Amino acid sequence: MKVTINGGDVEMPDGATVGEAVRRLTPLTSGVAVAVNGEVVSRGGWETTALSESDLVEVLTAVQGG
Amino acid sequence: MDEVGDALAEDVFLLGGEKFASRLIMGTGGAPSLEVLDQALEASGTELTTVAMRRLDPASRGSVLDVLRRRGIKVLPNTAGCFTAGEAVLTARLAREALETNWVKLEVIADERTLLPDPIETFDAAERLVADGFVVLPYIGDDPALARRLEQAGCAAVMPLGAPIGSGLGIRNPHNIELIVESAGVPVILDAGIGTASDAALAMELGCDAVLLASAVTRAQRPGLMAAAMRSAVTAGRQARLAGRIPRKRYAEASSPNRL
Repeated sequence: MKVTINGGDVEMPDGATVGEAVRRLTPLTSGVAVAVNGEVVSRGGWETTALSESDLVEVLTAVQGG
Repeated sequence: MDEVGDALAEDVFLLGGEKFASRLIMGTGGAPSLEVLDQALEASGTELTTVAMRRLDPASRGSVLDVLRRRGIKVLPNTAGCFTAGEAVLTARLAREALETNWVKLEVIADERTLLPDPIETFDAAERLVADGFVVLPYIGDDPALARRLEQAGCAAVMPLGAPIGSGLGIRNPHNIELIVESAGVPVILDAGIGTASDAALAMELGCDAVLLASAVTRAQRPGLMAAAMRSAVTAGRQARLAGRIPRKRYAEASSPNRL
């Protein structure tokens, strides 16, 4: 299935989880937050939340600003 | 302790139920490197510093969070870059998840050219974030009516601008800042527009509880030195406010006896 991670199309196996999507970008688990289709998926739910075709995944972290 | 020492020791900045010795809140945007930022933060003496939330870039090395953690500085995520209440609420929730803090500097801008805050979207987002348990610190125009409404909505502070973000134009409407201070029951933090130390001192003399600045330090020719200047200015302005300035008079009043 195809999902969008931070604006880029990514091919992932069916049933892939949010945790697997995050690991495509970073091995970090702290300082990182994820939204799928505009809803926050808390860290405790990363490995049990499965992605679906065309999901929009946003993986954010803190940067210099303000 | 003497009277001066007592007054200063008792003067603690209370924000969101936490105590801060420093009344200078720093932003981290605009620093040329994390090393320069680190030196500036140290020189500023700040205990609370903002970060922005952005898409994770796998190629980036080093994190602003490491710098803050090493210095023991509390992190204050902002919602910079958001144009709607919905975007700001989602960004605040992501920040809470990533940074394990329910504090947020709420920033909803109206357009890219002025970066002025959108009052309607800001108020909408503030209500939703307060209801969701956030400590909400909204960035607003220098509008006393909006400041009052946001306080009534449960915000932990109000943060009026002195001038547009990054403009360094100082405090364009000191009268409005004074009006906000007069009626506020929550801390007033002068946010945006500070260009140099005298602007920060003026904010404190007008009665603001703290100052938030970034560009004035991070884009100065010598950021560390400007950070030290801002630290002194905020302290000096606060002390002057507590001391109570003399009234302005139209004519001279001799300070020496005027007859032999």
